[in-house]
Amino acid sequence: MTSVQLAEASNAAVYASMITLTLAMVAFAVSFASGRRRVTVPSTPTGQQPGRRAANIGMSLTWLSFLLLLVGVVLRGVWAGRVPWGNMYEFSITAALGVLGVYLGMSIRRDLRWLGLFVVIPTLLWLGLAITVLYTEAAQLVPALKSYWLVIHVSAAIICFGAFTFAAATAGLALVRGRAERRAGSTEVMGWLSRVPDHERLERLTNTVIAFAFPLWTFAVVAGAIWAENAWGRYWGWDPKETWAFITWVIFAAYLHARSTAGWRGSRASWIVLAGWVSFLINYFGVNIFVNSLHSYSGM
Amino acid sequence: MTTQQQAPEQPLPPLGSVGFLRWLWRQLTSMRTALILLFLLAVVSIPGSILPQRGTNPLRVDQWIEENPATAPILDALGFFDVYASPWFAAVYLLLFISLIGCVLPRVGVHLRALRTPPPRAPRNLNRLPASGSFVSELTVDQVLTSAAGQLRQGHWRVRSSEGEWVAAEKGYWRETGNLVFHLSLILVLVGIAVGGLLGWRGNVVVREGTGFSNTLTQYDAWGAGRFVSADALAPFSFTLEDFRVDFERGEAQRGAPREFEADLTYRAAPGGEEVSTTVQVNEPLIASGAKVFLVGHGYAPHVIVRDSTGRVVFDDTVTFLPQDGNFTSTGVIKAPDAEPALGFNGLFLPTAALTEELGPHSVFPAPDYPGLFLSAFTGDMGLDDGSPQSVYTLDTSGMEQIGLESLLPGDVWTLPEGQGSIEFVDLERWASFQIAHDPGKELALGASLAAMIGLMVSLFVRRRRIWVRAQPADDGGTLVHVGALARSEGTDVESDVVDLMSRLGAPDVSQERAPQ
Repeated sequence: MTSVQLAEASNAAVYASMITLTLAMVAFAVSFASGRRRVTVPSTPTGQQPGRRAANIGMSLTWLSFLLLLVGVVLRGVWAGRVPWGNMYEFSITAALGVLGVYLGMSIRRDLRWLGLFVVIPTLLWLGLAITVLYTEAAQLVPALKSYWLVIHVSAAIICFGAFTFAAATAGLALVRGRAERRAGSTEVMGWLSRVPDHERLERLTNTVIAFAFPLWTFAVVAGAIWAENAWGRYWGWDPKETWAFITWVIFAAYLHARSTAGWRGSRASWIVLAGWVSFLINYFGVNIFVNSLHSYSGM
Repeated sequence: MTTQQQAPEQPLPPLGSVGFLRWLWRQLTSMRTALILLFLLAVVSIPGSILPQRGTNPLRVDQWIEENPATAPILDALGFFDVYASPWFAAVYLLLFISLIGCVLPRVGVHLRALRTPPPRAPRNLNRLPASGSFVSELTVDQVLTSAAGQLRQGHWRVRSSEGEWVAAEKGYWRETGNLVFHLSLILVLVGIAVGGLLGWRGNVVVREGTGFSNTLTQYDAWGAGRFVSADALAPFSFTLEDFRVDFERGEAQRGAPREFEADLTYRAAPGGEEVSTTVQVNEPLIASGAKVFLVGHGYAPHVIVRDSTGRVVFDDTVTFLPQDGNFTSTGVIKAPDAEPALGFNGLFLPTAALTEELGPHSVFPAPDYPGLFLSAFTGDMGLDDGSPQSVYTLDTSGMEQIGLESLLPGDVWTLPEGQGSIEFVDLERWASFQIAHDPGKELALGASLAAMIGLMVSLFVRRRRIWVRAQPADDGGTLVHVGALARSEGTDVESDVVDLMSRLGAPDVSQERAPQ
């Protein structure tokens, strides 16, 4: 393939992935809308529940979308002749891949169809933003990025982004569901919230994901420090990117402490997860675009 | 809390200084305080990412202060331009670390004792535990208990048995070990940072092509060091910048972005030592006698010759011009104080020159495709005589008179008006800027970070739990076996342990015996 064909193929794959994801979103939405009955949540065989078929279709479409996006990211890398992490468009499509990857990976061992809508919608918005606003033609890397640390540091950060996004979705749902449970009192939660697990299970799931993501984030920060030492002559310089990475780390550290502090375990811990995710987003958009940082590689 | 144990009708005795300190210590080392201090640490870190910082960009700090005369002095006095060295930032992290030490050190003792303590005796009713099950075995009570103890020991459980009654076992002590290693390693990271801050040094220097640098304090453009560093003890290495190559993107996408830069150096570890040729790139520093030499920037250095009114050459050298934008529109100053009359030039160097009404003279590409030098010439007193130090990058024109403006291409000579001399733009060289740093604490910080990461993973992935087996003769023969388990860390699924142990003890169809979740 010529480079133009490669470029077109990569973009086509990303668009195809977005279309598939839109269909997945519709399927998940249909699943949510059909039936008011409360779903027993663990994967107990309770017969055909309303909306289950639509949710299954949504799940399959999400897998398809993930594979298409993977093709898009790989072709982008082949086109550029390097890892596809040279500018913000490339970071963003890979981050979307990370979010879908973490969701699908988690769903292998547990039934997460109820979460589909809440992962697919933000991912779709994210991809739309990437391909319209952040789109950049592929070019070579700036010298500062020519290092194997790019692969190590950035891949860890991207997986963390996927996991933190997943955790933010479950933490947000835990807050909404928890409030509905308090309102409902002893009666059953009605409406769409009846279709997500109770807030305790959501909080446990959030905790599981953070317990996986926090060490990985620690690794991403340490790997970044090692790289910075090698490229700039200091391992920590309070560059805005480093500062916000540190803030994110501290917030999730606070979350882990909150989980073992009386009075902080429930909804407050969920709020901390959302705060940590916001700080990650500030680091991604704010620092890349608005702040004068050594990490301004957006290519925009 | 001690105060709650006082009888209510008695007046509280005065706490006294010891009591107060003890109360303060208990407050400081509580988890809640640690949590609040973590939030505070996140909050106090934010301003340093919004306001320019002296540590990273002193020029922008000065610019910001100039642009915000109303708020800047207050912010400056409060340390907002040096957040990470400010007393309030230090207060937060030092309190956090004191809290950490106060919390973790006692836990080390507790954990060491726990490691030597056998698991607690079995509760009377195992069915009340979060996960439990029971079955009737054909083995005798003793056989069941011996088998259970053996199975559990094989699975690396710590086992305690009571003859003929029960077996208790606990597992996952590594969780707390990892937790303690993580927190203690964080203290070592801080020590590593402190060692680097007190014993390390860092300097910046601009070296023009063909010129050299030797590692003494006077050669640096900027230099900073820790309290315990003696500037006399710098390693006596030196290097010469032989050649500097740079390449920019010429395609449509990201046009002008750097694609490659590398500096060829000849390096000597000590005066009179062997000369070594080496290349320094962005991610490949030169390691020189315990210090590292990093390539951090580059720019242009036009070579000019200045002659004064008598025709004498009063300046013949390359001049460092500092880039102002991504296309290397650069500014610089040429001073010839010994000229008759004294001559000074404010210059604008443009690697690819363009001139528009809107932007004036500016560069449109960072490579020297069409280099131009725009000069503004001054004569008169440039203020060098009063002895105060002056930057080589600024010309004090307050006592000078402007005598003309001109643009030159390489090879051009500009004859100044009224026979006051001439200036020739001979050609151009490049310069590279290097950061040279020595940080003796970085190995400790790295080692401690790695230990912290390992400890963290162990503390999050190892699950601490207890399991008990009770056996008693059943009414209708055989042995009634109860198995129960308790999670001692969050998110731990002990049900699988119960199911696993029961099937190992020969329970029929374990799945039906599963306790409800």
